[in-house]
Amino acid sequence: MDGNIFTLQDFMFFTKAITYLVIVAALIAFPAFWLFLTDRDE
Amino acid sequence: MSDTKATTGGSLFTPFNMVAGLILLVGGAITVLRFTGGLGAVTNLSDYNPWGLWIGFDLLVGVALAAGGYVTSAACYIFGLKRFHSAVRPAILTGFLGYALVVFALHYDVGRPWRLPYPFIVQPGTTSVLFEVGACVALYLTVLFVEYSTAPLEWLGFKRARNLVVKLTLVLTIFGVVLSTLHQSSLGALYLIAPSKLHPLWYSSYLPVYFFISSIIAGMSMVIFEGTMSHKYFHDKMDEAHLKEADGVVLGFGKAAAFLLFGYFVIKLVGLAVDNNWHHLATGWGLWFLVEMLGFVLLPCYLYAVGTRDKNIKMIRRTSLIAVLGIVLNRLNISLVAFNYHLPSSERYFPHWMEIAISLFIVTIGVLVFRFVVTRMPILYEHPDYKDAH
Amino acid sequence: MAISRRKFLGWMGAAGLGATVGKSAHAASNKHFEGYPDSPGVLHDIVRCVGCRSCEAACNSVNQLPPPEQSFKDLTVLDRKRRTDAKTYTVVNRFETESGGNAPIFVKNQCNHCLEPACASACFVHAFTKTKEGAVIYDESVCVGCRYCMIACPFEIPTYEYDKALTPRVMKCTLCHPRLLEGKLPGCVEVCPTEALTFGRREDLLNIARERIRRQPDRYIDQIYGENEMGGTSWLYIAGTPFRELGKREDLGLTPAPALTAGALGAVPIVVGLWPVLLTGIYAVSQRKDKIAREEQSEAIADAVAASKEDAAAELKKVLAMKEKEKETAINMAVKKALEEAAKAQEEEAAKAQEEEAAEPPQDDPESKPTEEDS
Ligand code: SF4
Ligand code: SF4
Repeated sequence: MDGNIFTLQDFMFFTKAITYLVIVAALIAFPAFWLFLTDRDE
Repeated sequence: MSDTKATTGGSLFTPFNMVAGLILLVGGAITVLRFTGGLGAVTNLSDYNPWGLWIGFDLLVGVALAAGGYVTSAACYIFGLKRFHSAVRPAILTGFLGYALVVFALHYDVGRPWRLPYPFIVQPGTTSVLFEVGACVALYLTVLFVEYSTAPLEWLGFKRARNLVVKLTLVLTIFGVVLSTLHQSSLGALYLIAPSKLHPLWYSSYLPVYFFISSIIAGMSMVIFEGTMSHKYFHDKMDEAHLKEADGVVLGFGKAAAFLLFGYFVIKLVGLAVDNNWHHLATGWGLWFLVEMLGFVLLPCYLYAVGTRDKNIKMIRRTSLIAVLGIVLNRLNISLVAFNYHLPSSERYFPHWMEIAISLFIVTIGVLVFRFVVTRMPILYEHPDYKDAH
Repeated sequence: MAISRRKFLGWMGAAGLGATVGKSAHAASNKHFEGYPDSPGVLHDIVRCVGCRSCEAACNSVNQLPPPEQSFKDLTVLDRKRRTDAKTYTVVNRFETESGGNAPIFVKNQCNHCLEPACASACFVHAFTKTKEGAVIYDESVCVGCRYCMIACPFEIPTYEYDKALTPRVMKCTLCHPRLLEGKLPGCVEVCPTEALTFGRREDLLNIARERIRRQPDRYIDQIYGENEMGGTSWLYIAGTPFRELGKREDLGLTPAPALTAGALGAVPIVVGLWPVLLTGIYAVSQRKDKIAREEQSEAIADAVAASKEDAAAELKKVLAMKEKEKETAINMAVKKALEEAAKAQEEEAAKAQEEEAAEPPQDDPESKPTEEDS
């Protein structure tokens, strides 16, 4: 059983969890990158 | 809630305070009943109707009407419409209070409220739309709290902290819009999983989009409506800038809301067409649907437009009430009226009076806290020490 | 075992950072899921059911549910339609349909143990799990009590203990999962006297059902309820009358529950990825517009100032020029006058000199020049 995903429900459970972690990382990364992008302005 | 003393009139026993006090007393008693006797003791919820007024009104309507916060701050700080500046603080305050009360109300509704953080700290149900709603509401409540905190910080004189928060304005605003987009739409997406229970006229795969767009309308209409109320009761608290900008805010949001309502009407039509639901219009459900669409979407759309053309502030203010009621109607239709439409009337839900009382209780708390804050903190006026144009 | 692992891993487990790195979709590329292979289910042959309620009694006892108000022997209970409730995992209802010649038809109802359970998809603490034993089981220890699972279930199965103040639970059939793990049959199946319930591999049950329909086409309608409904269920039903007349909805569609919300959930990360970019863009544009407006404004002011300065300078020049002219003329006049006077004086002097001596030349010529330069 382990090693394989048999239901759409399980598939979504795992993929969505990873997506949520990506989201959290993105929310942190956006302001940081914006600062990096603009800190030489003016 | 000792803020009952904070009337503008002075006397503690104004009619308003008496009624509010009574509601608080009854609410307190029902609270005790709820947490000793269980949900069954105070609600009409059943196995067929697991969600009642506390979800339909307190959560769905509450969140939609608290949308003014993100709408106004986005208009001012992201779209650069500086003339909305004086409207931002009151909108953020109502937004923050609204969300805080939504979360408070959820403690009544869920079976084991002390487990509310479980999805985030114990075991996340990532496939659930509700998980997403919960995460966004929790985060957004935090964002709103930080945004709002400038007012009490100014009131208390913590300059350093206040200036730090002001520096974060843009980031907070963008976060707020992202989170709001997500959970406002997801509240609609909650019902996507139950196509067999929600009447086809209201069920649509566009539900998330409908909820998001209507939340913007709700936010703008609420800002106008609330401004009307504030003008009536807290006129003396407003500074020149606020008074001067107030009409501009009404006109600007009235115009925007008119156009949005028009777009909303169009996408609702698209929904009918995509699912081929026209034939339902000829039924009793269709009639009710038309009442919502014509009376509470097209009508306020037209009235807003006329008000905008004539620069008729009064008319726009009155229309905002219709628009707000329209949002209430829409959310209640989806969560209660058109939900479980297939069940015989004996199995249908109607709220218990104690459920209504608790909802009233929560609204009352909101109004009282709003009054407490507005009469003390720099909400409707700018603090003299911070007159900078942020 | 699946449960404890799930609990133990929490977030990390959910994210697949630990155990799931090696996980891959069973039917990998096209993301089509067939469910656990060989997972069991139950076939309910409605034609064979006699409505004795033994299954209800067995369910009650193996699950240690509270005793019923009316005895399980009392068949008058069947006079009204019932549903599952917090004290009852399964109910048998009686139907009389015209197409069935108004003969009583008995239908058992309980959790259908969906292949793609709506309740599991909806639960925000992942309290429900579809196990490889076919059962959809519920973990009371994490349930918050939001009751979204009850909203989601298309068969209206989960119930709630509304009368409990502190420890309300969602209650529903477990397919006797603990008994399955011990190798026993579900309580209801074990006790059924007419073999209206058959436990076995779902694949086999489908074949049995098809066989019965094929053999006795006059007794059965050609439909297996649960084969495809909302992605299919572990419980399957065959009957002699259309299922919609037996309290089973036929308008549920074939889309499995998780797929219904997949689109909305899929939009979430995209919004997170694009909104900040879009909004910052709008912000930057509006800022830039402001800046340009400001610059234009200050330029205009500068221009205006410069222009007025120029004007002033020109005026000044004019004035100066005028003054100079005036002065010049004045000087000229003065010079003229002086010259005239000088000339006159000279003339006079010359005349005098001529008069007096006539031989002496005039000497004050060089003196008159510096007077002119001085002015
Ligand atoms: S029938 Fe309802 S409770 Fe049972 S598994 Fe399916 S969705 Fe869940
Ligand atoms: S009531 Fe419990 S099991 Fe049902 S969705 Fe909510 S948390 Fe999950």
